[in-house]
Amino acid sequence: MFDGVPLSWFLIVATIMFFVGIYGFLVRKNLITMLMSLELILNSVNINFVAFNKLLYPNHLEGMFFSIFIIAVAASEASVAIAIIINIYRRLVNIDVEKMEEMKY
Amino acid sequence: MTSNQIMFFIFSAVIVIFSILTVSSRRILRAATFLLFVLVATAGLYFMLRFNFLAAIQLTLYAGGIVVLIIFSILLTSQVGQKLELPSVKKRIFAAFAALAGGLVCIFAILQYNFPIAVTDLSTERTTIDDIGKAMISTGKYGYALPFEVISILLLAAMIGAIIIAKKRKD
Repeated sequence: MFDGVPLSWFLIVATIMFFVGIYGFLVRKNLITMLMSLELILNSVNINFVAFNKLLYPNHLEGMFFSIFIIAVAASEASVAIAIIINIYRRLVNIDVEKMEEMKY
Repeated sequence: MTSNQIMFFIFSAVIVIFSILTVSSRRILRAATFLLFVLVATAGLYFMLRFNFLAAIQLTLYAGGIVVLIIFSILLTSQVGQKLELPSVKKRIFAAFAALAGGLVCIFAILQYNFPIAVTDLSTERTTIDDIGKAMISTGKYGYALPFEVISILLLAAMIGAIIIAKKRKD
């Protein structure tokens, strides 16, 4: 794309980061670690947007604005999720997804 | 090997190694610290692409805000010295298989597609805060007034919701 770094390299790094996040989301049982995997996934999408913006329209800022909005959504999502996690911990003294069955039956 | 390539390799190596450590570390506080390294390296990639404002946002909001929030909630809800229990081997194998399959499909698709090689000279272009601020409040073409307002409502709603949910109830 510029000076020896093609676009596909950025995309490959973002892909690896995305699927590492997917793996963490599937494997982890603690709610906070699952939230951290989710942040990895959102962050990898931002890299894609920014790299495509630089390739296609280097003088415009579309991808950058998408990234800014994604970051804002991620921040609000993290704050609400952590509030819910703290509330769950206060009631059940546990934040393990497999032990949360209060509302099940 | 240009200096750009060396920088890119350093940042991407940090991203890949520390994101794998983030999802595999058994100490939860260390996992949060590794996540911080991933986010800072991503900010480095943004600096490489000359998105200085976005990189600053990434550093302050992600690395400064979200990671600190996560660390606080870890300190509130978990025993820090304790190791997380390891997930079962079957679960790990199937999750790794799913992630690897998806990742390989995407990487092959990326490598097969010939992206046009548009060489953009990054030294001449200038994106100032002025342009970003004007685009944020303009309603015309390339203007982002509506998404800006919507996201401000979303942030307000999230803030009120977080306070209400985490508040201690009197009962």
